[in-house]
Amino acid sequence: MTWAGILVAAAACYGLKLAGLSLPPRWLEDARIQRTVPLIPVALLAALVTTQTFSTRQHLVLDVRAAAMAVAAIAVVLRAPFLVVVAAAAATAALLRAL
Amino acid sequence: MIRDALGIAVATGAYALSFGAIAATSGLSLLQTVALSALMFTGASQFALVGVIGSGGSVWAGVATAALLGSRNALYGVRLSTLLNVRGLRRVVGAHFVIDETTAMAIARNSEREARLAFWVTGIALFALWNLGTLIGAVATHALPDPKVLGLDAAPPAAFLALLAPRLRAREPLAIALASGVVALACLPFVPAGIPLLIVAVLIAALGFWRRPA
Repeated sequence: MTWAGILVAAAACYGLKLAGLSLPPRWLEDARIQRTVPLIPVALLAALVTTQTFSTRQHLVLDVRAAAMAVAAIAVVLRAPFLVVVAAAAATAALLRAL
Repeated sequence: MIRDALGIAVATGAYALSFGAIAATSGLSLLQTVALSALMFTGASQFALVGVIGSGGSVWAGVATAALLGSRNALYGVRLSTLLNVRGLRRVVGAHFVIDETTAMAIARNSEREARLAFWVTGIALFALWNLGTLIGAVATHALPDPKVLGLDAAPPAAFLALLAPRLRAREPLAIALASGVVALACLPFVPAGIPLLIVAVLIAALGFWRRPA
């Protein structure tokens, strides 16, 4: 199941890239498409942030991940590199669990 | 320009380390993790797929989220198509490299010749270091007795925040991010894991299509 998902998702992502290079530009230069597509990553990434911080499967949960996210947010505001943001969040969770 | 491209590639390698580590913690095998970076080669989609799988969501919700996140690459492809003017095998290979970083590097050049060079140099260097970083991150994480001791299971949301932050430089995306985060949490208890993401995507697409342009 995981393999099928990986292959289908990879094919879809490649297909989108190839479509951009190959389709007549005016198809994708429609004003509504140009306006909407850049908003999709913003909406999905924000939804991933909140759901993966505050839930376990279908349940809303408040645990060490919230503190890890707070630390990550501070790191982001300080313009820390990607790896530092992720490592700071992981270290916060590890530390709080060890206490 | 080559120095810039290598700089981006090195930063991307570090970012790939965290992808390898998170994918391994999410339950993907070493081969699956490495295959994902080689075959998908678009960071946000890869993080989304392993994030949804790791949090117990359906694989197919993860696939849909990854594809939706990859939709922006189609628009990059449009911007690059006239600049690169690639055909045949070059287009088939070049398409794999159509991502945020290569687009930014190519469109910042002054001539088409430089744009083409920037695209290919950045694409090849990034592809090499992205896959190398993924491999090292995944191998190191698989060698750990328990990645949870390092808090790696708490890392995915931080990765999503780091991917989101550069897109929030204006008021509209910030408002959309806040609303999307809240809506996803609000519908979470009522639908299977992973589905809140798709609800948010449908709402945002509807908003983009039907609202009057500013």
